[in-house]
Amino acid sequence: MPIISLKNVTHTYSEGTPLSVSAIKNINLDIEAGELVGIIGHTGSGKSTLIQHLNGLLKPNEGTVEIDGENIWADKKKIRSVRFKVGLCFQYPEYQLFEETVYKDIAFGPKNMGMSDVQIKESVLRAAQYVGLKPELLNKSPFDLSGGEKRRAAIAGVMAMNPKILILDEPTAGLDPKGRQEILAMIKDYKKKTGSTVLLVSHSMEDVASVATKILVMNKGEVSMYDTVPNVFSRADELRKIGLNVPQITRIFIGLREKGLDVETDVYTVAEGCRRLLSLKKGGNC
Amino acid sequence: MVRDITIGQYYPGKSLLHKMDPRVKIVLTLVFIVVIFLCKNFWSLGLMAAFLFGGICISGVPVKMLLKSLKAILLIIFITALLNLFYATGGKTLLDLGFAKITDKGVYTAIFMTVRISCLITGSSLMTYTTTPTMLTDAIERLLSPLKVFHIQVHTLAMMMTLALRFIPTLIEEIDKIMNAQKARGADLESGNIIDRAKALVPILVPLFVSSFRRAYELAFAMECRCYTGGNNRTRMKQMKLSLLDFGFVLGAAALLAGVILLNHFFVKLI
Repeated sequence: MPIISLKNVTHTYSEGTPLSVSAIKNINLDIEAGELVGIIGHTGSGKSTLIQHLNGLLKPNEGTVEIDGENIWADKKKIRSVRFKVGLCFQYPEYQLFEETVYKDIAFGPKNMGMSDVQIKESVLRAAQYVGLKPELLNKSPFDLSGGEKRRAAIAGVMAMNPKILILDEPTAGLDPKGRQEILAMIKDYKKKTGSTVLLVSHSMEDVASVATKILVMNKGEVSMYDTVPNVFSRADELRKIGLNVPQITRIFIGLREKGLDVETDVYTVAEGCRRLLSLKKGGNC
Repeated sequence: MVRDITIGQYYPGKSLLHKMDPRVKIVLTLVFIVVIFLCKNFWSLGLMAAFLFGGICISGVPVKMLLKSLKAILLIIFITALLNLFYATGGKTLLDLGFAKITDKGVYTAIFMTVRISCLITGSSLMTYTTTPTMLTDAIERLLSPLKVFHIQVHTLAMMMTLALRFIPTLIEEIDKIMNAQKARGADLESGNIIDRAKALVPILVPLFVSSFRRAYELAFAMECRCYTGGNNRTRMKQMKLSLLDFGFVLGAAALLAGVILLNHFFVKLI
């Protein structure tokens, strides 16, 4: 049974007014538990609208959203419990920090869930460990942290709720290359340790290629592809048509092939690219 | 939910009223308000109402929108009418309730007051409907510029007002974002008693404050980078120029004033 199941989900902003904008149309999607799905799409393709439906921040105009086989809008009063099950971390989450200490801020979600103090402490420490925040930072004010640390603290605030599904909207936006690598490694690690389902919205094909098990491509409010990484990136021409692309390293390999070099083009990470080229140099085939 | 709040009520259009110089518009609105108070009987007030109606027709602003601005002060109008109904003295008694009586003068006064307040509000909303907030602040700046003699920083005040107006939509968007982020962490904004609700606002207000300061600093840097030093010797991109149209409106207003004075003179005074 898929953990997330959308049926004919449609959402229109300001419906019934002249300003109505159709954000997502007729989305049908099943995501299995344990996947790490990379969501890519052009700006305005409906990615953010889609993810806000998964934890009930937005209600679909039409269609149903099922998490764990339950329609989340079946009982309006229980919508908060959906938000604990589906942790959503927005873009630039560091701007939502507000407590006196990092510890208290991370504890905000668990506290809202009604956990006991012991459980809260456990969750906070575990979340801080997932994101690699040093324990001595927990008693500092979140406003004294560096940019990267703030981002980690904010992500930890969502992880501390132990959600079954974790959704991150561009967690690497605005970070330096090292910070990006660290956040991505952390997400991969989190998924491995907890076994939860992770959805990752990104603009970077490289990021998605390096961590995702599946890719969801959004275009003009519709799902244009949902498939494994090799299957999606093998459709380079289609991706280009909707303003996206394949990872840089894949483009290099496509170029090499066009120049007559005997290489395959199913290379999505630099590490993999290195390996192929080295074995080619040694005279083997790749 | 937060998106529904509309600040500034500009109704885009290309009518004569929209084209009028905002300075003239402000002054004429003030004149209009004064003249409304000069009206002493239904004839002169009727003339004003007719003029206002003409203005509404010219502006192309839907009557429905103007009525909406009246709705906000419905209660005030109602209370004023009620007080006048009972407290006007003299005239024929129409209804005696024992503790109070309603006279025909009271009825007339109540109607008069209702029409007067409605005209006042509609007239001034007509101005805000046909002038963008930026144009308004610009015009206020120009109109207040004589205050420079007293070392009042008119330009700074106007700039502050413009910036405040400019950032209202931005802040609304920001509130929306923060609210969603906190809701995603299980913040409960809709239930509980007043104290619970006030407490629930903390996670929204703190980040909002922080980001407002951040924005303010960024804006100040950006302005400094463009060599902004304040109002002295600054020219403007959009010069305000008086045109024939504006003189026409001024003449119209003068005629209206004369008409009101004449009507006041020839007909019986009501109040």
